[in-house]
Amino acid sequence: MAEFPKIVSADPKGVLTGRHFMDGDHALAEGALAAGCRFFAGYPITPSTETAERFAERCPEVGGLFIQMEDEIASITANVGAVWGGKKVMTVTSGPGFSLMMETFGLAAMMEVPMVIADVQRGGPSTGLPTLTAQQDMMQVRWGSHGDYRIIALVPDSPQECFDLAVEAFNLSEIYRVPVFIMTDETVGHMHEKVVIPPAEEIKVVERNWYTGPKEEYRPYKFDGKHGAPMVKAGDGYRFHSTGLTHDERGYPALTAEDNKKLLTHLIQKIDNNADKIIRVEESGLEDADIVVVSYGITSRIAIRAVQVAREQGLKVGFLRLITVWPFCENKIRELAGRVKAIVVPELNYGQIVLEVERAAAGKCKVISVNSCGGAVHDPEEILTAIMEGAK
Amino acid sequence: MSELSPTPEYSLDDNAFREQNPMAEFLRMERMPHIWCPGCGIGTVVTSFAEAIKAGGYDMDKIAVVSGIGCTGRVAGYVKFDSFHTTHGRAIPFATGLKLANPELKVVVISGDGDLTSIGGNHLIHAARRNMDMTVICVNNFTYGMTGGQVTPTTPTSANASTTPYGNTEPAFSLPFLVDAAGATYVARWTSLHARNITKSIGEAMKHRGFSFIEVISPCTTLYQRRNRLGDGVSAMEYYREDGEIQHGADTRTVDIGYQGKIAMGKFVDRPRDTYLDAVVKHLTSVIGDDYELYGKTPMEKKAEEEARKSAAGKGESADICEDGC
Repeated sequence: MAEFPKIVSADPKGVLTGRHFMDGDHALAEGALAAGCRFFAGYPITPSTETAERFAERCPEVGGLFIQMEDEIASITANVGAVWGGKKVMTVTSGPGFSLMMETFGLAAMMEVPMVIADVQRGGPSTGLPTLTAQQDMMQVRWGSHGDYRIIALVPDSPQECFDLAVEAFNLSEIYRVPVFIMTDETVGHMHEKVVIPPAEEIKVVERNWYTGPKEEYRPYKFDGKHGAPMVKAGDGYRFHSTGLTHDERGYPALTAEDNKKLLTHLIQKIDNNADKIIRVEESGLEDADIVVVSYGITSRIAIRAVQVAREQGLKVGFLRLITVWPFCENKIRELAGRVKAIVVPELNYGQIVLEVERAAAGKCKVISVNSCGGAVHDPEEILTAIMEGAK
Repeated sequence: MSELSPTPEYSLDDNAFREQNPMAEFLRMERMPHIWCPGCGIGTVVTSFAEAIKAGGYDMDKIAVVSGIGCTGRVAGYVKFDSFHTTHGRAIPFATGLKLANPELKVVVISGDGDLTSIGGNHLIHAARRNMDMTVICVNNFTYGMTGGQVTPTTPTSANASTTPYGNTEPAFSLPFLVDAAGATYVARWTSLHARNITKSIGEAMKHRGFSFIEVISPCTTLYQRRNRLGDGVSAMEYYREDGEIQHGADTRTVDIGYQGKIAMGKFVDRPRDTYLDAVVKHLTSVIGDDYELYGKTPMEKKAEEEARKSAAGKGESADICEDGC
């Protein structure tokens, strides 16, 4: 059997090695190019447009194609088509466009298409606050398309991490043949910071798992709950079929409850069974903590200040930053809940990931939500107040 | 008069019909029988498509078929090419991505009137505007068949549908006019009675560079015909024979179809224009220089190659031997 996953160094022509002063949106585009993304169908929407613009500008020199489609539905669908044409693909959007793309995320999950989508979150609902930050799509990304399926979602807290996680998102999508989401936000998207892009040979890229066996034995799917089956592209002579209908391993429609069970179990288990390998968190001071602040993305950068101040005041406060939000690190939270007094969850929404924390904590400790209606990041004072409440 | 050979007797458990079908090499025979009703015109279109490919001598590995949702949307599942059954209305943007990612493919979209012109209407006009290099075959049966006979944007005014039980009050899209106005560079229309003409048009459309559109008026016997008391599939063929009029080169403003009215048929539009990709490559080559290649080597890489070649030439044959002497 062929080596899997096949890890190679990044193709140098996509890698803008050096130290840059760059915003998160541009860093996303650079991360995608470094990971080997050579096709991008997009549609402008604030505050994500800069990623599309960057990609459009860089494409001709890198040897890729950018097309602005007529709407977000077309852009996400063209990307799915381009994956079957053999390319690594990405698109970016924000709330309203994210909602329009939802149906096709289900198609991508069903067809097991490796692709990366970034949602540069802004305040909602509806047109909401186009130019202001939020983290209100965190549940939508997990549950937004109809039916049961799994996805992976990563949350960067800086332009540097936009670059790093873009590469990681592509790698995860190739291993598990699943759409991977980068749930950034307006603040990280528009924030300029130092971004270091390493030399190409230091960037590890997972190559598409191309099928190499005999033609007659090729099956586009393998429902083993492990990862994605090897792929081919249209034009390679396999004359295969893929559908959004419930299907068998040949890709042919198979429309019984039993068929759906085989397919769905695979889609769910390939992520759930590998959750430990997929999940990444950043933690500090958890060893002796009485209180833990659980946060993600831009909110972590506010939370860390609150944690510092609380520690200066002599409180034993730990810090846990979710880099992977989906799959959710429930084992970690369960373990913490068994030994701390309280978990504080600040987020730029009216309480979304806190619901997962409560579920995993299962009443073993206090869970305090520091919610927000979006539009601005928290004041560290708000988080500090919640820490104090937890310490009571 | 020569004697007809006896009709072979098949049962569904018998594989003989799979092996003996003259179109077997183009179809996923293991998926037969198909879901289409007796009298439906979709099968005719599939056969014409297969005939066109046979006649055109294409590399069948380089043909991709994309469908949306609905009765015609099921075509992709039955044809033995790289084939994709996508979401409702989105066959064209899917095909756009597929074609742009792998330009050596011949991409054919086969879908229905509801799928392509209602939920997918925006994508249809934009692909035509871009002159995206693909062939779109729209099987127009004036109704949503899969969901039970609802009104579509092409249902003639006054016709009855399950969601217009008192008759349709909306005007219908004239599809050749719509796509012509949007920028399609090949436009034809036939009925499912005119199988040979469909085959010829598909052949031309697939050879045409750019956005080609073929509308095939086709009966939905189970829903549209029955609900409007128009008889069976044979009645539909009689209507097409009586009222189909060949008008090659007709001004597309004049080819709309009223309820059971005249059906103008033929090739209406066939004009050259740069495809989307031709225009992109041409323009970028003029801006960046001859080094530009879509998905190709970058100017930087080419320069490095050029330098390597020059220095190798300067050193003579020794350039082939690395410093370690390997």
